[in-house]
Amino acid sequence: MNIFVCVKQVPDTETKVTPNSDQSFIETQSIKWILNPYDEFAVEQALLIKAANSESNVTVLRVGSVKDTEALRTAMAMGADDAVLVEAEDNLDSYSIAKALKGAIDKTGKKPDLILTGKQAIDDDCLQVPQILAQMLNLPSVSVVVGMDYESGKITAKREIDGGSIEVYELNTPGIIACNKGLNTPRYASLPGIMKAKKKPLTQMSLADAGVSDSDRKVKYFDFHLPPEKPAGKKFEATEKADAEKAVSEVVQLLRNEAKVI
Amino acid sequence: MANILIFLETNNQKVKPVAYEIMGKLQGQNIETLAIGSIDEDSKNNLMKFGASKIHLIQNDQLKDYNPEGYSNAVASFLKNHSFDYVFAGATAIGKDFFPRLSASFESGCASDITHLSFEGDQLHAVRPFFAGKCLAKVEMTGPKPHFITVRPNSIGAPEKENPQSAEINEINDAQAGDLRAIIKEVIQGASNKVDLTEANIIVSGGRAMKNSENFKILDELADVIGATVGASRAAVDSGYAPHAMQVGQTGKTVSPTLYIACGISGAIQHLAGMRTSKVIVAINSDPDAPIFSKADYGIVGDLFEIVPMLTEEFKKILNG
Repeated sequence: MNIFVCVKQVPDTETKVTPNSDQSFIETQSIKWILNPYDEFAVEQALLIKAANSESNVTVLRVGSVKDTEALRTAMAMGADDAVLVEAEDNLDSYSIAKALKGAIDKTGKKPDLILTGKQAIDDDCLQVPQILAQMLNLPSVSVVVGMDYESGKITAKREIDGGSIEVYELNTPGIIACNKGLNTPRYASLPGIMKAKKKPLTQMSLADAGVSDSDRKVKYFDFHLPPEKPAGKKFEATEKADAEKAVSEVVQLLRNEAKVI
Repeated sequence: MANILIFLETNNQKVKPVAYEIMGKLQGQNIETLAIGSIDEDSKNNLMKFGASKIHLIQNDQLKDYNPEGYSNAVASFLKNHSFDYVFAGATAIGKDFFPRLSASFESGCASDITHLSFEGDQLHAVRPFFAGKCLAKVEMTGPKPHFITVRPNSIGAPEKENPQSAEINEINDAQAGDLRAIIKEVIQGASNKVDLTEANIIVSGGRAMKNSENFKILDELADVIGATVGASRAAVDSGYAPHAMQVGQTGKTVSPTLYIACGISGAIQHLAGMRTSKVIVAINSDPDAPIFSKADYGIVGDLFEIVPMLTEEFKKILNG
């Protein structure tokens, strides 16, 4: 069974973001890069399915800059077999990324049975690549998946929708599943896993090798800027009971008369 | 003048209000709307009030339930017979799911989760957040038309003025859903029947200081009084006090309600990113130096277990009086 996992390398969630000097993206010099948190669920799910299905292979794919290969090494340290990196700038649009992933999959010469991704990457939060890739490969897809069963070519996938309700989908492989938190508990990479990952094959190719050109960019993002800061608010001391009653009453009055939201 | 189509998401035949938010920014353009299934009279009247010149309704028995491929195929077959410049939808569970697939079928671009939107002539100006709102960027659609855009609910606000039109109702019976390969077998209703966090007008959120899941009931009581949806911080979710569906922040939901009440949430960067666009923020925390206070319009330094029930009582008084 050929399992592909598409991952992204993103700034750590605690990163303080600043636009770069020409505002074409953000300052990336001193950023700590991590494997996109939602992609960890995709990698884990791939490894669980591989463990239950003999003769399976897990290939991790990433489109992005070469600054470091943290995300791919993490995925291989967790247990993925090999990796492909398509070198590209970090501020690419979803269409170009999906097309590069398709090109990279084609180049492996392997026919995908299952493609797993995170539901979205926490840098641009677009939530688009899995569905675009599904359209390009003419495959069914289910996004925001919080539960999944796989048995001999049949997938049951639980998709979280508004209000925490769940749609239960059935589909046959090949297909694409975009994973959300709650699907599983990703394993930590063990020390032997990390050592082994260093020897696992990592293929690099250019965007052109993957069949992507400038005309594949459908959306351009520019003029990166920080959101306006709010002026300082009012703060009430309410550690004593008498103060608390006064503070609560004042805040409720302000919400009604000043902010006019109640 | 640009030709614009708005995809209408419905709930029990009621059009979700994000459609009206979008329409408020499109005055002066030709606005048509499209729903799958039927919509009620109230919704039709609202659509006309805010400028719809046509209301297209796709009727297809295969699409009684949502289906990613089915919705994408049916809307694509409709679009092929028209020439729209822009196609909009709300950035909801449905819009965010099938718009990317639909846009790819035209080899067009899709910009998701737009939070600012305006037109200058027929030229779109749009802004969307990156890094859960830590940063914003402008958007330019460079692919072929139609351009696909999803707009985050609550980020634009209700239209400031009406733009009455009389709209033609157009029933469409030949929009093909195609081969449906991923099919919904069952829908499991969530525990809460409240509006989803991403569409909620008021949110009451609890953090690690809630101490356990039982204690969230004091937030439920407050939420019931003011018509709010309850959320949680990542710390509370990771500690098992609340399910992930309730998580607000960079690895949860990004929200922009009119009022956000943060209870016992210290304010990690990733949480602030997810709620900073809320119009008014109230923070309750026992630590006077908690970062959440830097984003709060009104901060109360005190014990949430004392303050929250007081707030509930005080709101009851003014709302009933």
